[in-house]
Amino acid sequence: MKRVTKRIIAGLGAFSPVLAATAAFAGQPTAWQLNFQEPATRIMEEIIWFERYTLAFIVPVTFLVLALLLWCLIRYRESVNKTPSRTSHNTLIEVIWTVGPVIALIFIAVPSFQLLTAQYTPEEEPGLTVKATGVQWYWDYEYQDEEPLTFSSFRLVDEDREATGKQDTARYPRLLAVDNELVVPVNTTVRVLVTGSDVIHAFAVPSFGIKADAVPGRINETWFKAEREGIFYGQCSELCGKDHAFMPIAVRVVSQEQYNTWRAAAQNDLGEANKALLAAVDGKQLNVADAGN
Amino acid sequence: MAGASAAHGAHDDHKPTGWTRWVYSTNHKDIGTLYLIFAIFSGLIGFFLSVMMRWELAEPGIQIFHGLASMIYGLEGDAAIDGGKEMFNVFTTAHALIMIFFMVMPALIGGFANWMIPIMIGAPDMAFPRLNNISFWLLPPALLLLIISFFMPGSAGGHGAGTGWTLYPPLSTIGSPGPAVDFAIFALHVSGVSSILGSINFITTIFNMRAPGMTLHKMPLFAWSVLVTAFLLLLSLPVLAGAITMVLTDRNFGTAFFTPEFGGDPILYQHLFWFFGHPEVYILILPAFGIVSHIVSTFSRKPIFGYLGMAYAMVAIGVVGFVVWAHHMYTSGISLNTQRYFVFATMVIAIPTGIKVFSWIATMWGGALSIRTPMLWAIGFIFLFTLGGMTGVQLANAGLDRSLHDTYYVVAHFHYVLSLGAVFAIFAAWYYWFPKMFGYMYSPFIARTHFWFTFIGVNLVFFPQHFLGLAGMPRRYIDYPDAYAGWNMISSWGSYIAGIGVLIFLYGVFDAFSKKREAGANPWGEGATTLEWQLSSPPPYHQWEQLPKIK
Repeated sequence: MKRVTKRIIAGLGAFSPVLAATAAFAGQPTAWQLNFQEPATRIMEEIIWFERYTLAFIVPVTFLVLALLLWCLIRYRESVNKTPSRTSHNTLIEVIWTVGPVIALIFIAVPSFQLLTAQYTPEEEPGLTVKATGVQWYWDYEYQDEEPLTFSSFRLVDEDREATGKQDTARYPRLLAVDNELVVPVNTTVRVLVTGSDVIHAFAVPSFGIKADAVPGRINETWFKAEREGIFYGQCSELCGKDHAFMPIAVRVVSQEQYNTWRAAAQNDLGEANKALLAAVDGKQLNVADAGN
Repeated sequence: MAGASAAHGAHDDHKPTGWTRWVYSTNHKDIGTLYLIFAIFSGLIGFFLSVMMRWELAEPGIQIFHGLASMIYGLEGDAAIDGGKEMFNVFTTAHALIMIFFMVMPALIGGFANWMIPIMIGAPDMAFPRLNNISFWLLPPALLLLIISFFMPGSAGGHGAGTGWTLYPPLSTIGSPGPAVDFAIFALHVSGVSSILGSINFITTIFNMRAPGMTLHKMPLFAWSVLVTAFLLLLSLPVLAGAITMVLTDRNFGTAFFTPEFGGDPILYQHLFWFFGHPEVYILILPAFGIVSHIVSTFSRKPIFGYLGMAYAMVAIGVVGFVVWAHHMYTSGISLNTQRYFVFATMVIAIPTGIKVFSWIATMWGGALSIRTPMLWAIGFIFLFTLGGMTGVQLANAGLDRSLHDTYYVVAHFHYVLSLGAVFAIFAAWYYWFPKMFGYMYSPFIARTHFWFTFIGVNLVFFPQHFLGLAGMPRRYIDYPDAYAGWNMISSWGSYIAGIGVLIFLYGVFDAFSKKREAGANPWGEGATTLEWQLSSPPPYHQWEQLPKIK
């Protein structure tokens, strides 16, 4: 019980530094979060806008229903209203509550279709194509350049934190951090080809607003254009067996130069390339975070 | 009419005694009672599974399932942890299958519809009483098959069918080679046969056995709702049966319907499954619509507002429910145009559903409301169903669903419409018809306490899950990043409170049968106008030997 109470207090306390934390560690969930994760792509910004927009319809309707029910409970109690009316038809009101929702749905549908179309219409040809293959229970990534680069990405276990330099559990949280991140350049349209090798998995990164099922025998295509540097986490989003909860997705978005350096180095030694990138990136971000505080 | 039912009393000694009365029963009321007992029993199992999952999810890390795995399967060390992870998937799968096929459907269709439809339409019994018997007695073996599957080898090193209730291949084929999935499929086959036979019985009864003068347009709305439901069952269940048979032959006989390496397609299975699966969710909720209409009308002492609109709204929901299935598959790779169509079609369902909600409120409007226990549950239903329906409008949009698909937002949505919708309607019906079915009055105090514990409990369980889903927490996870701990803890507390509600419910049943408060033929007063209230409580073993005449 004490432990639980402590957790609540810790959780409530977490409300205040949330903003600072999201600034430093966008791309992952925060304690007691109420809404979407911070967006890192235009598509995700549009999804967030559209979610708020639909709330503008559904919240008033829900409260309208609640208010009408409460009104009936107060005004038409047996003790207040002794003789019930016998009204069972009113054509006007029936037309209103049929046509009203139709109009509301049209107002929802128009931006909904625009959002859906935007998700399938990248503004430019992709600058990079990566194939993500879901395997029980990790991800394989393949950079489809002239010289293809292939590596696997497993969940980071605590024993490997020291060796990979990822001791910081705030930046590399349990169940989200991986050993080898997918590294991509910022402001570049990245095409992701998603497939599965054994059962169906799903490739999802909430801050990018993407989710695509990794179906064996099929290749699904999605894309993102990250507008901020940082590390962005996702998790397998289709039940795939016992370790479904233990095959996270981590995308590290870096500057074009950092990407080029990493890409060249990774061709020979992925581990060293990742370490060098980590030193360059985390050092810089720490400074930014300190300045922010 | 009172004279007629008194005359029936003389035939009461005809009823068989002892176990033959139940096992050989062809009486719709006895079979309905069997269904209700069965639903309560499976509901307790399904609820137990969900509380274990919430207990597990109360804190990050794996708390109890490795212990459960070593207790039940005798696994040790790392094998216990792996077995526990798989066991969690088995629990999510079994929770869904039990709640859908062995709790909600037997309660609403087998239980309340069996009991009340013949009485409400003025028929002496169902059209095919012996078919009715086999419909029920197929269910216990089906449940037994599912329970046996818990203990069969499933995936490598695990036990049970941990495939999710959707049984998506290849997870249900190569991903789970042991016989557990075969047992789960057989359970679905047998319960599916039960439901198809039951729906044939209801369709025939409702079309042919209405009392003189009861045209379709004078038929009680509960009968309308069951008629539409029976058609949905009849048209959708064979598709499920076909799909899972194909999984079965893929698993055992070398076919390759869903195996990509031999030219099959896993997505084909998803289309077949959801062509059944989406009508199935309306099968769960439509009878609830019918029940709530009667309860709202009874306790408002007003006729149902917009009767014809209500009836045809259910027909419309049933029809459109068959053409929206792929909104469960927005992320599966279906084309942009396909997604556009399914967004549009799905939104259309909001319109007849809106008509129903507003008509319930209009039925209350201007009435003389007595807020007795069934009405309390019915009003709870209307509000919570509306809330769940509204998040459904959001999820209909493929662009937004991209972010919410397979997260806890979806879990919250369908539990608001089913766990808080269908289940609230089941309890509303239970308290509404309990005095009629058994002749005794429940304790209103216990019943209300049951309501408030359940209401607060389930809202605590499911409302925070909206936040978890928005923050990105995926479904069917035994463990989650620490950031999700807070809302998960609240959610788990909610399920413990709902658990107290279940205990209060059981005590209330015990209390009613031990105190034996005589209910009388019509405890609800002049608002209760359907035919069942003209009979004694409990009704005579055979009713309507002289058919009632409907003006």
